Amino acid sequence: MTSPAQSGVNPDATTEARLRASSVSRASTAAAGAARPASAALTPEASGSVPSPSATATSAPTSSTRAQALARAALPLAVLMVLAYLPYVPTELPGILPGRVNGPGSLQLLATCLVMGGIALSYDVLFGRTGLLSFGHALFVAAGSYLLTISLSTWSLPLPVAVLLALAITGVLAVVVGGIALRVGGIAFAMVTLAFAQAASIVVLRNPGGVTGGEEGLTLEREALPSLLVGVANAPYRYWLALAFVTVAWLVVSLLVRSRAGHAMAAVRENETRASVLGLGTYRVKLLAIVIGSLLGCLGGIVHALVLGGSNPHLTTSEFTLALLVMVVLGGAGSTWGALIGGFLYAYADARLVEVSGSSLLESLPHTIGQVLSQPLFILGIIFIVVVYFAPSGLTGLGGRLIRKGRST
Amino acid sequence: MSDFVLLATTGLALGALYFLAASGLSLIYGLMGVLNFAHGAFMMVGAYAGWLTMTDLPPSLSVGVRLLVAAVVAVALGAAVGVVVEVVLIRPLYRHHIQQVLVTVGLSLASVAAAQGIWGADPRPVEKPDWMSGTTSLLGARLPTDRFVYVVAALAVLAGLLALLRLTRLGLIIRAGVENRTMVQALGIDVQRTFTIVFAIGGAAAALAGILYAQYAGSVSPAQGGSLLIFAFIVVVIGGMGSIVGTAVAAVAVGLVQQLANYYAASGVGDLSVVLLLALVLLLRPTSLKGATA
Repeated sequence: MTSPAQSGVNPDATTEARLRASSVSRASTAAAGAARPASAALTPEASGSVPSPSATATSAPTSSTRAQALARAALPLAVLMVLAYLPYVPTELPGILPGRVNGPGSLQLLATCLVMGGIALSYDVLFGRTGLLSFGHALFVAAGSYLLTISLSTWSLPLPVAVLLALAITGVLAVVVGGIALRVGGIAFAMVTLAFAQAASIVVLRNPGGVTGGEEGLTLEREALPSLLVGVANAPYRYWLALAFVTVAWLVVSLLVRSRAGHAMAAVRENETRASVLGLGTYRVKLLAIVIGSLLGCLGGIVHALVLGGSNPHLTTSEFTLALLVMVVLGGAGSTWGALIGGFLYAYADARLVEVSGSSLLESLPHTIGQVLSQPLFILGIIFIVVVYFAPSGLTGLGGRLIRKGRST
Repeated sequence: MSDFVLLATTGLALGALYFLAASGLSLIYGLMGVLNFAHGAFMMVGAYAGWLTMTDLPPSLSVGVRLLVAAVVAVALGAAVGVVVEVVLIRPLYRHHIQQVLVTVGLSLASVAAAQGIWGADPRPVEKPDWMSGTTSLLGARLPTDRFVYVVAALAVLAGLLALLRLTRLGLIIRAGVENRTMVQALGIDVQRTFTIVFAIGGAAAALAGILYAQYAGSVSPAQGGSLLIFAFIVVVIGGMGSIVGTAVAAVAVGLVQQLANYYAASGVGDLSVVLLLALVLLLRPTSLKGATA
């Protein structure tokens, strides 16, 4: 390997290795230290110039690689199984969830949080993985949501066709909008995507021909849905649907990150000039990231509509994109866990912080301060600023750092 | 014809408001590379400071005098908020552009939420001086007088900014900084101080935009700043990011296109055609956005 190429690959190789090391270290605590030797073997390599997982595989003994892969898969699988089992848990968690865990209220809340986690993951493909600061991601999520509801009600299409149609139209939209917006870079790209999303938001709010329902939003056509997804009693199925979406998003992003395209995205994120000098078609790489992120976001919008029983114009607003940005940064940009946890926690906090407004703690404070603190967005905004300053790698990055620190002492 | 004159005047007035909002944004971006999402919060500060001042001043004063005092208070407060934001939030993150944007995003979310908590999400009516709510006859059209006030205010700010940039030493430093910040620093000039001043100017102009937009809308609400901000962003991009004259031209173009299309096509088409204009500019002249002279 020549030295410029090496230095070109190195930054993303080290971040990659660091991410992997942190995910392994977290997995190993869960698997009772079974994978500890593997993570110890990986750490010295992180400082070397190992550019890809395949290279790691050849240099490390096969048995530890297998244990490593197993440990890496163990934690997500365990989490998935626990989450999938939740609709069978009848216990109450007062203060954390409304009513029983398997009650419709709790499951609906959890499903919404999961969908938000998945949508945050789709935004992270652009922001955390490729370094594209897009303010227009809401456009694609809303496209999924609205295209589904519209094709079910106005065009009365069957559900599978509606889903495919929504994905197809969103894909075309992503190519067009991304193709135009990518003509400029950096901050200008952010503004252009914002403008497009805003245009969509205006269209939806103006309610052309009574199709989008304006400020009221649109409710799903119940007759067009399978009966399993309708009604309060079927909340567990909607919850599992949300869980399935998150799993799909997780798998797509995990596979993407390990693929050649994922490595190219990381290279663009770390140093775009260097990546283009090395001969990567950076425009195509970025457009691919936008299309994949948008399709995942569209799927998220579809599931969001199914879980919540309709489309809400809030999904189209720039505030929603800003919320996605907050979720990703809060959890940790460029990390699968980070975006997921960030999205989940944000949606949870947004829904539950309203409860705090009635608490006795706030009533003891002066009236004005209590009113300000009762705004979820105020608290989230302040937390967000604090995270940007003091934990640039987000909450998961902070957690990983603490775990490593605890082990080294 | 009279319809057209009325629409053109309103478009011009809207463009004037966009210019007030975008001029600070454009200067801040040109000099520091910061996309300031908190600019909407600055506008909100101006609007609410103006509203509170007008309601707190004794009603024996005429509305016009109260509005004038309110404007002075709003501009001063906007400048102060701009300075505080720059010193406390932006400066520690110097050279981390994305983080700077993120911090301003957090600030805008928190400040809008705070205003919503204190004064509620609903619009609050704002008093308007009698002479501003009247009409003036021009070219056979009866034009609302307040439109001229916005245009005059924007022209004054434009003239002031141009004089500052072209005639003073500070303006020389700002123009040089927009062109090549590193070189200016290498010559031993304190650019940091200019950053603070530019933020103060931006905050003041935004606060003025906020209080005038509240007059235009007849009310103040927490979401006002954000909706104005989006068009200000579009104006900044079309105007060439960092150029004051470009911003002025773009603001007028955006205001006119929006008003005329909204009337002659259909309501809402104007807002869309503005985005279309942006896409056209990007496709035809992408190089104009990569930097400009102030």
